[in-house]
Amino acid sequence: MALELDSVLEQVMGELADAKDLTSLEALRVKLLGKKGVLTAQLQQLGKLPPEQRPAAGQQINQAKKKFQDALEGRRSQLESSALEQKLAAQGLDVTLPGRNGQTGGLHPITRTLRRLESLFTHMGFKVADGPEIEDDFHNFEALNIPPDHPARAMHDTFYLPDGHLLRTHTSPVQVRFMQTHEPPFQIIAPGRVYRCDSDVTHTPMFHQIEGLVVGEDVSFAQLKGVIIDFLEKFFESELKVRFRPSFFPFTEPSAEVDISCVMCSGKGCRICSRTGWLEVLGCGMVHPNVFRHCGIDGDKYSAFAFGLGVERLTMLRYGVDDLRLFFENDLQFLKQFK
Amino acid sequence: MKISEQWLRQWVSPKMTTQELADCLTMAGLEVGGIEPAAPSLDKVVVGRIGAIEPHPDADRLRVCEVDVGQAAPLQIVCGASNARLHMLAPVAMVGAMLPNGARIGKTKLRGVTSVGMLCAATELGLEEHSSGLMDLGAHAKPGMSIRTCLKLDDNIIDVDLTPNRGDCLSIAGVARELSALTQVRVKPPKMPVVIASIRLKQKIVVKAKQACPRYVGRVIQGVDSQAVTPLWMQERLRRGGQRCIHPVVDVLNYVMLEIGQPMHAFDLAKIKGGIVVRHAKAAEHLTLLDGSETKLNTGALLIADDNGPLALAGIMGGSDSAVNEHSKDIFLESAHFAPQAIAGRAREMGLQTESSYRFERGVDAALQALAIERATQLLLEIVGGNAGPVSDIRDRPSLPKRSVIKLNHNHVQRVLGIELSAKTIKQLLTRLGMGVVKSANGWRVTSPSHRFDISRPCDLIEEIARVHGYSEIPSALPRTAMEIQPQSETKMESSRIINLLVDRDYQEVITYSFVDRELESLIEPQAEQLALANPISHDMAVMRSTLWTGLLQALSYNLNRQHRRVRLFEAGRVFSRHNGKYLEGQMIAGLISGSRRVEQWSVEDIKADFYDIKGDVEALIGLSGAGSQYSFSAAPHPALHPGQSVSILDPLGANIGKLGCLHPNLAEKLDLPLGVCLFELDFEALQWRHIPSARPLSRFPVIRRDLSVTVEQGLAVQPLLDAATQAAGAVLTKLELFDLYQGKGIDSKRKSLTFGLTLQDSSRTLRDEDVDAVMDTVLAALQTKFGAQLRE
Repeated sequence: MALELDSVLEQVMGELADAKDLTSLEALRVKLLGKKGVLTAQLQQLGKLPPEQRPAAGQQINQAKKKFQDALEGRRSQLESSALEQKLAAQGLDVTLPGRNGQTGGLHPITRTLRRLESLFTHMGFKVADGPEIEDDFHNFEALNIPPDHPARAMHDTFYLPDGHLLRTHTSPVQVRFMQTHEPPFQIIAPGRVYRCDSDVTHTPMFHQIEGLVVGEDVSFAQLKGVIIDFLEKFFESELKVRFRPSFFPFTEPSAEVDISCVMCSGKGCRICSRTGWLEVLGCGMVHPNVFRHCGIDGDKYSAFAFGLGVERLTMLRYGVDDLRLFFENDLQFLKQFK
Repeated sequence: MKISEQWLRQWVSPKMTTQELADCLTMAGLEVGGIEPAAPSLDKVVVGRIGAIEPHPDADRLRVCEVDVGQAAPLQIVCGASNARLHMLAPVAMVGAMLPNGARIGKTKLRGVTSVGMLCAATELGLEEHSSGLMDLGAHAKPGMSIRTCLKLDDNIIDVDLTPNRGDCLSIAGVARELSALTQVRVKPPKMPVVIASIRLKQKIVVKAKQACPRYVGRVIQGVDSQAVTPLWMQERLRRGGQRCIHPVVDVLNYVMLEIGQPMHAFDLAKIKGGIVVRHAKAAEHLTLLDGSETKLNTGALLIADDNGPLALAGIMGGSDSAVNEHSKDIFLESAHFAPQAIAGRAREMGLQTESSYRFERGVDAALQALAIERATQLLLEIVGGNAGPVSDIRDRPSLPKRSVIKLNHNHVQRVLGIELSAKTIKQLLTRLGMGVVKSANGWRVTSPSHRFDISRPCDLIEEIARVHGYSEIPSALPRTAMEIQPQSETKMESSRIINLLVDRDYQEVITYSFVDRELESLIEPQAEQLALANPISHDMAVMRSTLWTGLLQALSYNLNRQHRRVRLFEAGRVFSRHNGKYLEGQMIAGLISGSRRVEQWSVEDIKADFYDIKGDVEALIGLSGAGSQYSFSAAPHPALHPGQSVSILDPLGANIGKLGCLHPNLAEKLDLPLGVCLFELDFEALQWRHIPSARPLSRFPVIRRDLSVTVEQGLAVQPLLDAATQAAGAVLTKLELFDLYQGKGIDSKRKSLTFGLTLQDSSRTLRDEDVDAVMDTVLAALQTKFGAQLRE
């Protein structure tokens, strides 16, 4: 009987390996384990054996059954996975075709720079302040130590409204408004649009500035240098040469203009820096006592520094934009280069 | 201001290269904007003397000259200049010379006559922009000498961009003084002796406007030769200083102005009737200026007048009638101190910016007038001859600028600059600038020299100390600030969140001008009051925008003209209006879409974007608040929008926060835009409001979904149905969607079919079928009674 069992098993195992689909597997299962299956029959005949032979024979049959079942399962999963593979292969796509709706818009490069500037300064502890774009003469000029006939007014070609109001020519009036309403110490930046009646290759009648102001006890020119150098290095993400040149603004004294080594040619001299190796990037200085007086700040107790930087200028340097006017033409071909 | 390096170095010559000198000035606040050679190379251009001059046999306007250029034989040169004359000394470009315009001189024939070289005009040598005839080299040059040597052309023109506070540096003397303070090399000014009067003649002078003119110095010079020629060296210095040669007298005065900084004026004495009066203009006075323009004088303008009326605009420009000309014999020289306030603004007001007004409005040293008139007299007598009269010097001491004594505190200096500076250093720095420094308790009493009228306060001195010490010598430090957390209201969203949403939804940000075209603006917002600029830069930038749509539509138009078919733009910015005389600035955000809903793509159907696309974008925006369902849209006409496709957006409190819709077809046609452009504009600050969530407990009971299809009349708006259904369903309704809208086959042609999906869930128990049926019946009943809805089977 054992021999018989072995040969049946061997034969069935061979058929199992050759089975091409699940139907043939099932037929083999029935052939062995079905009601009339070979193993089923063997089990049924177990009772006819003498009792002392039964355990050994039973064990033998069970082993054969287990062996068969394992093989059956193995083959089944083989067939199943190859069936799945075939099905999946048929579902293959051209993965190189473009996806759907992947498009996003973009920020204007000026906004991108403004965000970066605001982020750098707010992380340094500056607060963002705001003021009107239609200003009055007091806040835009007078309080900033620019009396009516001051020659410095010629540097600010001003747009006026018929009633004498004007479009702010710089973001500095925001510092006046802030100082008038807040008690030091504080440090603020004021980003925004400013306007000057000037339009040519290097001027647009509207542009953006960021004003900075730090008021406190013992605020010094050395600290002004520290903040500006730190800012410029972080903005351009490189170690720059920075130089402070004496200059003149009515609302600061001492005043300085700040140059950085040209970011295009690393200071070797190129078209962008007019072969000087230097780029002028901002103006700054210690707040003038007259400004303090107009704003009601105690100049004996406090000192302050202020700076103003041109957002378009920094954007042009950072992204290599060579024509200021592009910013306000809003040509999608230009804008889409920024995200 | 352009200055000749050669001239400057005659005054003070530190051992520095040109570039080092320029850097030194720049780093002290006298920014050098450029350095240019005083002349092109002019190789093979030499002095020539016309030894013979004959008419050209074949051309009326040409002459044939024999020119001595220091060689054995003279050159034959054909020349067309009308001023060519026998014995004249003029530049000759020899064969092989290259002129600045690129012309190479060769041996040539002009109308059959050989010409070897070229007699040159100043323009041809790149020395003047305009000139007529040959350049006259005077009487003293030696034939054959190179033109560079003859004219001392080995010089650089240094262009210094002076800040408005440094009027004291608007001269060679001023820059020299500054350079000396910086380098500690002494200034060696030329000798400027007093010229003793040789005649007694004086011009009567009355100064009425004493405050505007605290000092007026005058002198008569009799018998000048107005035909004299300004010497070449002076012509060259004037040229390098950016001045044209006009008349020998005027040239001398301009020279003295460039040299020491005092603007002066010369009158033809014969044209002065009676006494000189310095006064303010009366009503309706007129003056014809030197440039030929007839000017109606503003009342209050400062004048130099005589018995007959105005002669000159003080400190700005002379009048043409009293000006010196080629016939003038006797002249009256004026060297006055006009207060900056009297000149500032006036010149600009009248559109006149002159070298003189430029200096006076920045300030001229009030101690300079007598010196200047002596220097001018000295030079005039040398060049045009004549006899000088005595100097009249009229001063009003109380009106003259005071030399203030400034108290300077040592600690204050160190505190503002953030460095330690010894008392000795500070004193030394100030002394270098010509300050009088006297020790006092905790500091000094400082007196500035008369030319530093810009210095009146301690901060002025601190700047000077920092400047001369060198800004680069001040170390950098970071401020110490207290750590403090800034308040951040959670109900106010970051503006970037809103902008990012639009960017992520495929909108491109633009920035358009705040001032727009008046007509375009009135087409879009006909009812808004227009805030016009008094001095717009152009007609299309004339009024402040009251809506962002104006700029967006222009940007759309611009891009459509450049073959962009699908355009989606937005802008965040201010709009302007006036209410009760006060200006209001509203922060807005607006967007616009035109063209396909999606980017052209192989698997996407090309459908035009419409009202519901932009409405979806706006819903996404208000959805950021976390309370999007509490906002509502209500049909509202707008002049720029299609009357049937235009809504107002109301916030949860019912306040109008914006508008959206499709551009009115009439407007689209006028603006040459395609149909179907959709726009929105929202109040940015309102949009930043955010709901702070308050979490609800989750229900653990099953969710049941039922659909309901009804038909209603076609014209009926859906929102009221949704509202009624929500109300009727009560608290168990967790979601209500309209997921199908159908008109057409199978439906009454006057009706439309709406299919709603209702999601129901109870928070405390499992809903049974009969509960759900009851809810659905109530909803249907509400729709039937209120809207005549019929259940669609």
